[in-house]
Amino acid sequence: MSILSLIIRREYVARVRNKSFLIMTFLSPLIAVGMISLISYLTQLNGEDKRTVVIVDDSRLFDTVFVNTDQTTYLDLTKEGMETAKKLAKDESYYGLIYINKDVKTSDNALTFYGDESPSYDFITDIEKKIEKKLENERLIAQGIDLVILENAKASVSLNVENFSGEQSSKMSNWVKAAFGGGAGYLLMMFIIIYGNMVMRSVIEEKTNRIIEVIISSVKPFQLMLGKILGTTLAGITQFVIWVLIGSILLVVLSSIFGIDPSAASEVNPLSSQVKDISSDPSLVVEILEEIKKLPLLQLVIGFFIYFVGGYFLYSSIYAAIGAAVDNETDTQQFMLPIIMPLMLAIYVGFFSVIDNPHGTVATIFSIIPLTSPIVMLMRIPFDVPGWQIAISVTLLILSFVGTVWFGSKIYRVGILMYGKKPTYKEIFKWLKY
Amino acid sequence: MTALLEAVEISKRFGEFTALNNVSISVPKGSIFGLLGPNGAGKTTLIRIINQITMPDQGNVTLDGAPLEQHHIQDIGYMPEERGLYKSMKVGEQVLYLAQLKGLDKKEASKRAKYWFDKLDIGDWWNKKIQELSKGQAQKIQFIVTIMHQPKLLIFDEPFSGFDPINANLIKDEILQLREEGATIIFSTHRMESVEELCDHIALINKSQKILDGEINAIKRQYQNNTFDIGVKVTDEVAYKSFLGDLSNTYNVSKAQFKTLGNEEKLRIEMGSKGSPNELLSKFKLFGQVSHFVEVIPSVNDIFIQTVNQNK
Repeated sequence: MSILSLIIRREYVARVRNKSFLIMTFLSPLIAVGMISLISYLTQLNGEDKRTVVIVDDSRLFDTVFVNTDQTTYLDLTKEGMETAKKLAKDESYYGLIYINKDVKTSDNALTFYGDESPSYDFITDIEKKIEKKLENERLIAQGIDLVILENAKASVSLNVENFSGEQSSKMSNWVKAAFGGGAGYLLMMFIIIYGNMVMRSVIEEKTNRIIEVIISSVKPFQLMLGKILGTTLAGITQFVIWVLIGSILLVVLSSIFGIDPSAASEVNPLSSQVKDISSDPSLVVEILEEIKKLPLLQLVIGFFIYFVGGYFLYSSIYAAIGAAVDNETDTQQFMLPIIMPLMLAIYVGFFSVIDNPHGTVATIFSIIPLTSPIVMLMRIPFDVPGWQIAISVTLLILSFVGTVWFGSKIYRVGILMYGKKPTYKEIFKWLKY
Repeated sequence: MTALLEAVEISKRFGEFTALNNVSISVPKGSIFGLLGPNGAGKTTLIRIINQITMPDQGNVTLDGAPLEQHHIQDIGYMPEERGLYKSMKVGEQVLYLAQLKGLDKKEASKRAKYWFDKLDIGDWWNKKIQELSKGQAQKIQFIVTIMHQPKLLIFDEPFSGFDPINANLIKDEILQLREEGATIIFSTHRMESVEELCDHIALINKSQKILDGEINAIKRQYQNNTFDIGVKVTDEVAYKSFLGDLSNTYNVSKAQFKTLGNEEKLRIEMGSKGSPNELLSKFKLFGQVSHFVEVIPSVNDIFIQTVNQNK
């Protein structure tokens, strides 16, 4: 067996046999599913909360506006007068009282809500809308405009987007692309942070165990570093696969037992909140599937592979170098910034700039810079990126990966044998010349 | 005798700091070579260069006549000063893994591992983890890991630190046995007295320079100056006193430090080139019973201190 595969195997076995790895692997899907179920259950519970709102309408304009819903019961106490209504609302601890002044048509200041708790944003908006609508209608009627005619005159259009070779796309297709790209980018970031850290810890562990000198007298630092990254990656993939399997089994089981709609859980994530509406509508599901079929799937898979692997390797070699430079995990804090910053930047640029304008200057530039390109380009690929941009970006990524590994193994060679010194950036720069 | 390992004019700097300055050593085949010097002299740096852990700025190293290359790691067994093993890995797996990294195939590795585990009487540790063993026990594993691939050259940095006397002797015997079987051994230590009687060649390193090297007995002969420790039970006090006065005029006489059971008079006499030990002994016989008469051979430690002082 070659030296590299020996190292990979040892790293893999060491990771996978580790107790905390086992616990993380089998417990976190349980915890995640538990949390999701709990949150969706609580959301349902919260939604079922009934409230009674007292109305005192001195203008007498809004009799028909406040209609009871599942959630809200309106209690019109206009006749009983403000004082009685207030007392009742307080004694019965109703949600609140809405007072409408009789000058509501002319005054901007004619609406008041009384209540011990401040009302939710949704509630305020809802009430304001209702009253605005009614006032508008009143004014239109006062101007002699027939509301039925107005309603019939309303138009609704939707823009068909088509490229010059005849492929159609739509808002929905853009949404699907953004979801694909965003999901891939987010996944990569999580993967880098979790497993990059694991690589770093494994380097530090060898240093603190003082076995490093024995190992390094048998293998090259480059081999050891590569073996660690690959072994940890395999362990990471194993963990991911187990998570996906357990997670989906649990979700299916839970949703059949408790009747919780699994898609309701996605409400937790604001980004995919639309999924809920979509999944409840079969025609939309079909449309989404159609859109997915239209995506450049081959390009996506290849791109995903290249950028995922390239980006992950780039970052984990930085993690490994950091591990080699320090004595213990507490000392790593000062070096975390160069890793977290570009990752965060990439995610923000991805979610704000790419989804807004996939081929804008900002998105293009960040998809070419090596440290951000894996995430940003992953998000852009579904939107058809020109070949030359991908070529430049991949070339730069590969070059900087090679550069970082060289840089990393240089630090590694010196750093792994340095004990007791808390390194600074200056110190590490000096090591490069050793 | 041909040299197994030859390091020629090695220099190594770390930034401003010079770790090794033009150091050359030649380790004869089949010898036990002592690389001696105080802490921070550059011993470990030299050993790391031999192990290809760091690269020298200048100079070159040859093993068996060939310049060092990656495959030579299989010919070297190295026990670093900082002993270490994977704490949470099972002993057996760990030994096999490290042996395989040194190029043994798995079958051969497990055969040899079994042999050594039986020989050192630790067979039942196979499935234990290092963290369950004591420090001394872990050292035995470390020793096995170092020698298992039967390297031509064995390098021990601070060989006996961490071993209790019984285990230190056990390991010493094993090392001597390996030498019998043809291995060449380098001991590197700052505790010079601990390896003195084992080495047949030494190199003294101080402040990144080699200050002395060669065959140990030749060096000692060079530094011997006809000095004797004598213990005598005096019977004729008066005559002895006047004799002592004469003696002090001729030779350098001082109080000697050695243990006897009685309360003998103990002297150290540096005769230099004047007179012979026989003459001296016959004179002392006249004043009482001589119970102790030994030539003082300079220890490596003495030689080291003397050389450092001379070079100042």
